[in-house]
Amino acid sequence: MQWETVIGLEVHVQLATQSKIFSGASTAYGAEPNTQACAVDLGLPGVLPVLNENAVAMAVRFGLAIDAEIPEISVFDRKNYFYPDLPKGYQTSQMGQPIVGAGEVEITLEDSSTHTVRIHHAHLEEDAGKSVHENFHSQTGIDLNRAGTPLLEIVSEPDMRSPKEASAYVRALHTLVTYLGISDGNMNEGSMRCDVNVSVRPKGQESFGTRAEVKNVNSFRFIERAIEVEVERQIDLLEDGGTVVQETRLFDPDRDETRSMRTKEEANDYRYFPCPDLLPLMLDQAYVDHQRTLLPELPAEKRQRFKEVLGLSSYDAAVLTATRAMAEYFEQVHTRCSDAKLAANWVQGELSGRLNKENLDITQSPVSAEQLGDLLLRLKDDTINGKAAKQVFAELWSRTFETADEVIEAKGLKQVTDTAAIEAVVDQVIADNPIQVTQYKDAEPDKRGKMIGFFVGQAMKASKGTANPQQVNQLLKQKLDALL
Amino acid sequence: MHDLTLAKIAQGLAKGEFSSRELTQHFLERIEKYDSRFNSFITVTGERALTRADAADTQRAAGQAGILSGVPLAYKDIFCTEDIRTSCGSKMLDNFKAPYNATVVEKLELAGTVNLGKTNMDEFAMGSSNETSFYGPVRNPWNTDLVPGGSSGGSAAAVAAGLAPAALGTDTGGSIRQPAAFCGITGLKPTYGRVSRYGMIAYASSLDQGGPMARSAEDCALLLNAMAGHDPRDSTSVSRAVPDYTQSLDAPLKGLKIGLPREYFGDGLDEGVERAVREAIAVYESLGASVIDVSLPHTQHAVPAYYVIAPAEASSNLSRYDGVRFGHRCDDPQDLMDLYKRSRAEAFGEEVKRRILIGTHTLSEGFFDAYYKKAQQVRRLIRQDFLDAFEKVDVLMGPAAPTTAFALGNKADPVQMYLQDIYTIAINLAGIPGISVPAGFHEGSPVGLQILGPHFGEAHLLNVAHQYQQATDWHTRQPDLP
Repeated sequence: MQWETVIGLEVHVQLATQSKIFSGASTAYGAEPNTQACAVDLGLPGVLPVLNENAVAMAVRFGLAIDAEIPEISVFDRKNYFYPDLPKGYQTSQMGQPIVGAGEVEITLEDSSTHTVRIHHAHLEEDAGKSVHENFHSQTGIDLNRAGTPLLEIVSEPDMRSPKEASAYVRALHTLVTYLGISDGNMNEGSMRCDVNVSVRPKGQESFGTRAEVKNVNSFRFIERAIEVEVERQIDLLEDGGTVVQETRLFDPDRDETRSMRTKEEANDYRYFPCPDLLPLMLDQAYVDHQRTLLPELPAEKRQRFKEVLGLSSYDAAVLTATRAMAEYFEQVHTRCSDAKLAANWVQGELSGRLNKENLDITQSPVSAEQLGDLLLRLKDDTINGKAAKQVFAELWSRTFETADEVIEAKGLKQVTDTAAIEAVVDQVIADNPIQVTQYKDAEPDKRGKMIGFFVGQAMKASKGTANPQQVNQLLKQKLDALL
Repeated sequence: MHDLTLAKIAQGLAKGEFSSRELTQHFLERIEKYDSRFNSFITVTGERALTRADAADTQRAAGQAGILSGVPLAYKDIFCTEDIRTSCGSKMLDNFKAPYNATVVEKLELAGTVNLGKTNMDEFAMGSSNETSFYGPVRNPWNTDLVPGGSSGGSAAAVAAGLAPAALGTDTGGSIRQPAAFCGITGLKPTYGRVSRYGMIAYASSLDQGGPMARSAEDCALLLNAMAGHDPRDSTSVSRAVPDYTQSLDAPLKGLKIGLPREYFGDGLDEGVERAVREAIAVYESLGASVIDVSLPHTQHAVPAYYVIAPAEASSNLSRYDGVRFGHRCDDPQDLMDLYKRSRAEAFGEEVKRRILIGTHTLSEGFFDAYYKKAQQVRRLIRQDFLDAFEKVDVLMGPAAPTTAFALGNKADPVQMYLQDIYTIAINLAGIPGISVPAGFHEGSPVGLQILGPHFGEAHLLNVAHQYQQATDWHTRQPDLP
């Protein structure tokens, strides 16, 4: 039987606010356990939550970016359950009336085809703390630094049909939230966490199969793999005559499997009800309009502009807009050298290659966009040739010089364009290589083009790479052909 | 000094008739001497109080004293006080010291008041007789066989017995007004949102409100002046200017329109209580007020709606007492479930457990619409009843409780106990302010007249209460302590 996979995702995005969603404690990552948990985060008696305005603004900007409705009223609810890292015994979340209504996100697959994933809604909630099992000798430690960190939970419709679509969707969200500046998008630090709802159904069947929720899938790589193994499990089960039960499962990347955490019967009854400590959140049109003015250029708009205004190919535009940092770097290089194609080639070629090799993010590049832009300007105005440009880049990378001009000066890489000087070199090369000159003269005319490469090489070597290669080429051809 | 009102105490301090230290010493001695009979304090902070009193005296000598500088007070043990135990009347918090002051404590401390200690209360403010406290019941100073009312019974008894000139209470369904009535003092529940709830341990967050309990309406006005106002730490506190509540106390009542809700004078109202209340209303008529019969048609639904909403919120509010971070933890837990179950089973009393169970049930999947949602709809209707009534009248009057103080152990049936709050509960559901003032006695026990006003009508309520106290002397009566 042919099976179709149906996937929906719940993505928790940690918002990049300075302080927590309901308290003034810092949200910075990596502090000593329990040093960033104030009385409110600890759930001490008598304390009350106060909503962080910034978290609201960020959620609204996300909603506007996915073209969603921003309801005038949204409500915070309490989701009640007991867990040691949940200090109050309830999580403050939004159940019935979330801050962001239905919207949509466009995703691009590897074959450049695009699909639309509908967003059911997105809501604000607080994160829980962490249970720490290491170093406590069969006891559990609780770190509440993360408790109260603002999360935006983005809930998609079951619109994805393959692991690739699911990971493309998460990538699109990642791009979007980092563009919006509402999250650092750092997957390693848990800034984006996904729960994946997976079901399968016979191809052509309209109704959905029973779904399993795979929890806490926290890297692009694992999203695809978790879905693949879960789909395999469900298909095997069904083909053996079994049934899929609705349950929560955990992906174990080490054992490459998902396993049951709890079934529907064991599921908590969360006893949601409106949080009486927080009034309904009212957002008027003026507020929403103001947030709209704060939206940056979004990835889709940027891609469009790169193609139409800068004349880049679809491929280049897509690569260069993949992250906001990449796009900003490229744009700075372009501003400096005023040659979009040249800037695109270098950012994607020399720079990206080197970054990948050393496993660096573009924000960590030793060569700044200004440095690269100035370097490309020298290439463009023929001060140096391509080969020298690579050498300059290498010097800038190792930070031995501040600017491209300094490297060019210190290393004598300035391109020689003086015709007399080049002519002298060319004449010398012809005089020094009589055998090759004879071979050239005797060769079939259509072979001579290739043979001229030898002379160009010799001339470049003689000029220590500084001669303008086009000029050398042209002169050699003139002089050699004159000997015929 | 213990028979003086707060206003007189403030005057005495200002005139140098006595110092704050003398005053504080006097009340501490009375607590020492008498409180074993009443059990109105859980914690007495004597040394600390004297230090504060000295500081207030120094401040006064430097000419920097405010009106409440050096005035002793007591706090219901539900208000968090930095470094002083805040037990909420529960074994669960017997070991709890908050690292912060409640906003109202902070404000009153800033005003220079002296904290004598923390008063007894029903556990987590759940009760109408002060019998559910982990620290034992409080006894009524007028007759120690009787309860003082609850849940702010310790505060009411302490003020009535002259162990503190005034105290703070909280009122979720009548917990300031009913004990004020039972103990013959004046107690004000402000409009919901008028006084910050920050640092006031939550029972039912949408109903809880802190307020003053004192010897007179004027004293309540002085305290409310210092307590009221928006608090950025409490999102439900209202950003609205705070008037000087003492300014309008003397306004004459000629032309005042008093509504008598007929539902507050029906079956179950003790005859003696009704008589005293009607006599009080007659006094108002003699002061130039007119009386109009009104109806609050949804009154009968108030107690059931309250006992859905309050336990629902309580079940969630009390989840934080899990034995993990603070409060009581059972010995040698076997696992996490055992830790939760035994810590909570051991440290919560019966009434608290009952309300957690009720609340957990009413919020459960499949029951939410039938209980919680329905109760919220009823709540809106009850609120509308009051809004409609205040279209016709300025204030509403009636009894604060259906009976006078009853004997300890007399109301073993929880529903009988819940019906104690039949005249006070709707006020919390509607969010309006209410005050209970002493209006005579029935068989030796004080009777409380309840006066209700529209949202944020405290200034007028206090004026109406004060004028009655100018015309009568019930509020000046104190029990004889041998």
